[in-house]
Amino acid sequence: MFSYHLDLALRSFRRSPALTALMVLAIGLGIGASMTTLTVFHVLSGDPLPGRSEHLYYVQLDASELGGAPPGVEPNEQLTRFDAEALLRERRGERQAMMTGGTVAVQPPRPDGTPFFANARYTSADFFAMFETPWRYGHGWDAGDEAAGARVAVISDELNQKLFDGADSTGRVLHAGEHDLRIVGVLAPWRPVPHYYDLISGRYAKAEDVYVPITTALAAKLPITGSLACWGTGSPPDPRAVNAPCAWLQYWVQLPTPAAVAPYRQYLVDHSERQRAAGRFERPSNPRLRNVMERLAFKHVVPGDVHLQLWLAFGFLLVCLTNTVGLLLAKCMRRSPEIAVRRALGATRRAIFGQFLVEAGAIGIVGGVLGLGLALLGLWGVRQNPASYAQLAWLDAPMLVTTLALALVASLAAGLLPAWRACQVAPALQLKSQ
Amino acid sequence: MDIRPILSTLRRHKTAAALIVLEVALSCAIVSNAVFVIGHRLQRMDAPTGVAETELLHLRVHDTARHDNTDALTRRDLALLRALPGVKNATVLNQVPFGTGSTDLGVNLAFEQPAPTIQATAWLAGSQALETLGVRVVEGRGFLPEEVQPASVLGGAASPGVPAVILDRQTAQRLFPGRSAVGQHLFAFGSAPIPVVGVVERLAQPQPNEPRAEYTLMVPLQLDYNDGNYLLRVDAAQREHLLAAAVDTLQRADSRRIVTEQHTLEAMRHEYYRQDRWMAAVLVAVCVALLVVTAFGIVGLASFWVQQRTRMIGVRRALGASRRQILRYFQTENFLLTSIGIVLGMVAAYGVNHLLMSFYELPRLPWLCLPVGALTLWVLGQVAVLGPARRAAALPPVVVMRGA
Repeated sequence: MFSYHLDLALRSFRRSPALTALMVLAIGLGIGASMTTLTVFHVLSGDPLPGRSEHLYYVQLDASELGGAPPGVEPNEQLTRFDAEALLRERRGERQAMMTGGTVAVQPPRPDGTPFFANARYTSADFFAMFETPWRYGHGWDAGDEAAGARVAVISDELNQKLFDGADSTGRVLHAGEHDLRIVGVLAPWRPVPHYYDLISGRYAKAEDVYVPITTALAAKLPITGSLACWGTGSPPDPRAVNAPCAWLQYWVQLPTPAAVAPYRQYLVDHSERQRAAGRFERPSNPRLRNVMERLAFKHVVPGDVHLQLWLAFGFLLVCLTNTVGLLLAKCMRRSPEIAVRRALGATRRAIFGQFLVEAGAIGIVGGVLGLGLALLGLWGVRQNPASYAQLAWLDAPMLVTTLALALVASLAAGLLPAWRACQVAPALQLKSQ
Repeated sequence: MDIRPILSTLRRHKTAAALIVLEVALSCAIVSNAVFVIGHRLQRMDAPTGVAETELLHLRVHDTARHDNTDALTRRDLALLRALPGVKNATVLNQVPFGTGSTDLGVNLAFEQPAPTIQATAWLAGSQALETLGVRVVEGRGFLPEEVQPASVLGGAASPGVPAVILDRQTAQRLFPGRSAVGQHLFAFGSAPIPVVGVVERLAQPQPNEPRAEYTLMVPLQLDYNDGNYLLRVDAAQREHLLAAAVDTLQRADSRRIVTEQHTLEAMRHEYYRQDRWMAAVLVAVCVALLVVTAFGIVGLASFWVQQRTRMIGVRRALGASRRQILRYFQTENFLLTSIGIVLGMVAAYGVNHLLMSFYELPRLPWLCLPVGALTLWVLGQVAVLGPARRAAALPPVVVMRGA
């Protein structure tokens, strides 16, 4: 039956090629536009660390002064050095890391090499295990190195290619500014999307090239970048000092189970209360604890333009489908005599309905293939766009399947009304009117 | 033209008529909003910065090894840059228009106010900053050379405080409405009141697309090159050549530093608005595709109707209707359907705009966008229906009657 319906559909396409081409084109354009934007959205809004992200929590404490914002509103995005170091020392989570961004001037080992700046991350030992960084050579530093302020570093694969032509460089020296750091590990290529562990230094920024223990970076006064918010009167002489009233460090904690969240939150409240008793905090205790996906949603990480394009494309698809419904209906009504003859010869209503759905589905599949081509073209266009996320816009296997499925479902939905109208055709009336 | 026969015909083709109305309504809603967003983007790309954009060059230099006398080196760099032929002025600033960094601070009118009066973007202006930026002093005076001091003197226990502040006109009017701002005092850095010495015409915040305070103040503090940005005002005709010369000068002055950024301000403006241009282009492309699809939909359904009503057309022609009347019939029918679609589409356009407003910080859809959307679809509908309508009008009555 299906192959007979398909045969009928092909005959009907051959009879009105222009109308068929129009419907295929409409579906193709609609699918192409929606899949382009949906792919960008899918890439940008995905879970950067499936299976682990729900256990990683970003910590915020309300450390600033009483004036200004009313109590209970969103606290500072980052922690002061005092609080971050206190939480890290007490180690109440399964793992924890404090961190900030920075830049280091790298002197290539070749004598003729000109120095260049590399983005750096100053962090604590658990960073690599928490964020599941892939390793090419070596490993991270340990807590002992960190406590001692050891002059060690981990570098990215890209930097390793640039400096050491991709050879195992563990044990060799990285000249950072006027400091010599011993390389203990080299990461495999790593591009977390978004740059979720530090949204301040660029939401879709590349991962850093140099990783240094934060104790070492502070002792060596390596240049720090990122946002710095200070409060109180007068600007502090050294905003990075332990007791400076300035927030500039990000702090992540890994908790083993959802049940561990409430006690950890209570621990943050207790910490805030102690700080207030000691006169450091002025505002009511107001900690925040969000896991990775909650934080990405809270920060509206997916750019507004991407949302806008997604809505626009689906609006466009809707217009294309309305268009297809209209054209299918017109085609169907024009074929009333043919339907009447088939019905008079014994075809059931169900068979007529099926015939027209198969026809709609066939248009959908061809339109879907065209749409896939247009989506690939569209994504190529997106990658020409200047935004930092643009380079990530590639179609993956699930999106490819989604494209074809969407085209089929959309065209079948568009075919429902015409098919229903077709099976309502009264054979006697049509035959008589001829 | 009597529209009653049209209405009675349409009543017999409710579904197809409803589909045309729906398609027009959707197109109208989308196109109106898209036109609005395009206009919004183009408008903000035109926002003036208040500085002499065509004559400015931006450079950043960073140490690769620690230097201890960066304030003195900054003064030497500025002297070297100013000595280049073609360079009119040079200064060092904490932020530059279309750059990445910015400084915001709360401004108070009284000491220890519970909440700041306004949030303003603060320009830490090195020597010759006003002349370099090209902002015009409209009241009071610019900074005196002796007022400009290194930013590093602040913050120490014996901090001398900031001796002067300059506001832009908008900020002066907000802080001191109805009176001259010059001679008034405000609190911004530390606990000492700072006298307002001058008012400049306009100086926009460095990242105009960010939803931030539009208030501006300038203080005479000179950062060193590691924290600041060099800005040069040059003869616009030789700016590319002078950019290379400036880089060369800085590189030659000290090899243990790297020039990390070098742009003309025009290039920075171009780069800053790339995303907006791209978005506008995407919207234009989708609108065009949308209108084409809608037009073909109308052509398709209108052709179908003409075919279906062949007999009716023949009867009317035989009874004396002119070709023009047949043409008018289809045009009026299309006009009616499109109009209903446009009315529904406008309601939908407002609904969509309301959603966009709540999600994406867009202002309300101005009335002006609606006639643009409506006119586009009316024209589109008439153009689309012209072909099928002419074909209908061209049908000779005899053939039609016989064929039926």
